[in-house]
Amino acid sequence: MADNGVNKGRRRFLLGATTVVGAVGAVGVAVPFVASWQPSARARAAGAPVQADVSKLEPGQRMTVEWRGRPVWLVRRSDDMIERIRNFDGSLLADPQSEEQQQPTYVEGELRSIRPEIGVLVGICTHLGCSPLYRPEPGAADLGGENWPGGFFCPCHGSRFDLAGRVFANVPAPTNLEVPPHRYDSEEIIIVGEDEETA
Amino acid sequence: MKKQLFALLFALVPFTALAATEAHLPYSMSPDLDDKASLQRGMKLFVNYCMGCHSLEYQRFSRAAEDLNMPQDLVEENLIFSSDLAFNDQMEIAMSEEDGESWFGAAPPDLTLHGRLRGPDWLYSYLLSFYKDPERPTGVNNAVFDLVAMPNVLEPLQGVQEMVCAESDRPIGDAELDPLTGKYQSCEVLQVTEPGTMEPAEFEEAVYDMTNFLAYVGEPSKLQAQSLGPKVLIFIFIFGVIAYLLKREYWRDIH
Amino acid sequence: MGNPNRVKAESGFMRWVDDRFPATQMWQDHMAQYYAPKNFNVWYFFGSLALLVLVNQILTGVWLTMSYNPSAEGAFASVEYIMRDVEYGWLIRYMHSTGASAFFVVVYLHMFRGLLYGSYKAPRELVWIFGMTIYLALMAEAFMGYLLPWGQMSYWGAQVIISLFSAIPVIGPDLAQWVRGDFLISGITLNRFFALHVVALPIVILALVVLHLIALHEVGSNNPDGIDIKARKDESGKPLDGIPFHPYYTVKDLVGVAVFLFVFCAVIFYFPEGGGYFIEIPNFEPSDPLKTPDHIAPVWYFTPFYAMLRAITFSLFGLDAKFLGVVVMGGAIAILFVLPWLDRSPVNSMRYKGWISRIMLVLFSISFVILGVLGVLPSTAGRTLLAQACTAIYFAYFLLMPFYTKYESTKPVPERVTG
Repeated sequence: MADNGVNKGRRRFLLGATTVVGAVGAVGVAVPFVASWQPSARARAAGAPVQADVSKLEPGQRMTVEWRGRPVWLVRRSDDMIERIRNFDGSLLADPQSEEQQQPTYVEGELRSIRPEIGVLVGICTHLGCSPLYRPEPGAADLGGENWPGGFFCPCHGSRFDLAGRVFANVPAPTNLEVPPHRYDSEEIIIVGEDEETA
Repeated sequence: MKKQLFALLFALVPFTALAATEAHLPYSMSPDLDDKASLQRGMKLFVNYCMGCHSLEYQRFSRAAEDLNMPQDLVEENLIFSSDLAFNDQMEIAMSEEDGESWFGAAPPDLTLHGRLRGPDWLYSYLLSFYKDPERPTGVNNAVFDLVAMPNVLEPLQGVQEMVCAESDRPIGDAELDPLTGKYQSCEVLQVTEPGTMEPAEFEEAVYDMTNFLAYVGEPSKLQAQSLGPKVLIFIFIFGVIAYLLKREYWRDIH
Repeated sequence: MGNPNRVKAESGFMRWVDDRFPATQMWQDHMAQYYAPKNFNVWYFFGSLALLVLVNQILTGVWLTMSYNPSAEGAFASVEYIMRDVEYGWLIRYMHSTGASAFFVVVYLHMFRGLLYGSYKAPRELVWIFGMTIYLALMAEAFMGYLLPWGQMSYWGAQVIISLFSAIPVIGPDLAQWVRGDFLISGITLNRFFALHVVALPIVILALVVLHLIALHEVGSNNPDGIDIKARKDESGKPLDGIPFHPYYTVKDLVGVAVFLFVFCAVIFYFPEGGGYFIEIPNFEPSDPLKTPDHIAPVWYFTPFYAMLRAITFSLFGLDAKFLGVVVMGGAIAILFVLPWLDRSPVNSMRYKGWISRIMLVLFSISFVILGVLGVLPSTAGRTLLAQACTAIYFAYFLLMPFYTKYESTKPVPERVTG
């Protein structure tokens, strides 16, 4: 073993090249292992979009469908409810303009819905995951009397949301209720879990 | 020492030769997973003619749609007949195994893996080899699968096929070659005697499509393997070349 | 701080580690200052390749376990779930199934290297025995793993092998039932095989591999000339014919790894069934205890021993043929363990052994391959006779070794390694 005649530059280059190509290979090998943790076709089939028929929903009524193992509420809001949401004092809410990304981009305004009369919300409290109760009657004494416009109340830690799912200020829940991706397949059929754009 | 390695490799040759031995089948076909039109036609034939009795319990409609380039609404309208089945579901059937057994004497098997279990040649030959046999309860027998329980569901397409004594271009059973004509004389030649809605060549095409589809269903991952394989092999080759240069560089030290 | 006798890094983080854990010392002992003979040839790739395949099997095996369902009702479907529904599940499964065969390919070549160059001879007896124990554990691992897909071949292969236990006189039938945990192979059997395959045996194999390597590095590697490189050292005490394992053999093994991976991946992507030898075709049908496949053959790596089992069609010494077959099969593996004491030759390598040794090794290798082929084929009278002859040669190679190695004339061994 003699060091004479060793081309150090060439050796260093080849060592670097082998290391780089080897590292790329290692990352390549990791890809299938990492990717295999993605939801499988079975999980995706179970989490596929669900259809909800709102034709039989009376104004003021709520129905629940299950999407990806979570309750999704569909509320047909009466004109009176819509008025109350629109006119509610924003200073009592934490995020009245829904600036936090808790809804798809095609859901806008204080109503947080595609059509004013139909509200679609994931019925999971953004605090610790309980499912809030539907308390649509305005002015309920146990929920703040005059300051209660009707909405959702979480029995676990007392978080309150209005009928558009907007969270009140000074409650444990940090953000508004989530609006799931959804679209109207027809006038009365809502597909929960599919975005409007891709339709 | 390399000689010894080669000797060992040659010793292993009988293993690969063995794999080639297979029962003699009248027809052969090679699946073409890139022929999406054929696979689509095959799927359509399958859901129309086979899926009354045979399920594909591991194959999802959605996967077939993705692999065969079919849009969801088209699949839902044309290929999913049961209201119990959704686009993402596996291609199951309502008939229970017990019912199948009492109706046909043997439960129609699930066909998801038949493309691998029987092989495409067998499936192709089998589907083409039904012939009229009044002694059988179904009125047909099969030259590849004797005393088969399955009726010839493709008869409306193929017509009635009978086993006759005739000349044939290819050897059948114990047929003898006629040296003058170059053809084989046999009494096991299958001939269509009452035409169906398809010409014989057209029918063979249809059976090819169906077999092609079943070959795809047996191993859908083959499509992914085909696209990933060359990339991986090229990468390993490049790595090997660089590693070899590195080895040679270091081994200059060794005298 | 720490053990002052250790080699340590000068400073920095590695020094901190070295004061607490002999990292640099171990690197030196096993890589940078582990002197290996400089004349390794192509046969010497298979040890590191076996290690590579072991890592592949453990990684892919852990990932398969995440989606596999070890129950009689769900096992078969869960394999198809992996093949179809899990992202890249097909690739991970084929890496595992092809890896099983690849493991035996490299291990058989690795073992043949040992026979060729006398790597089992003193002072490497323990290296050989640990290696043979790995081979044994590997066979158990492969056998139990083969049941898990719960296809027809899984089921009936296991049925045949477990029935072997019942050939043992007196306790046999009870023993077979105890292994199954049921009156037939059932979900109960599947569950215990699953536990052994994914937990117990991998731990045993890993521990044995560590022992194999520690024993090897204690005595140093053999080489194609079969001479002791430590006998001749330079002034600084380094073997004249030795080179540090790192970097010389690490870079060389990388080339071997690339060649191996090329072949391995070609199989995975284009011939995952290995012509029906890596994944047997009847295994595409779910297991059915009421219907035996037309032709049962064990996986290729077991077939030589299976052929020996079937070759015994006669009773001897009051033992019936079935039990005698099991004894012969067991003996064929057991005799490998005592090989270091059967070889009485003054030289190690086949390069310097006499012509009888060479002929015996050739005959032995051919017989082993023929037995392997016969084990796949249905038996006929002629094939049974051939299998009997090959079994006889297999045992003659070992049993006559003390005589032919002792009395044959050997060639003079050079003092330094040759090219």
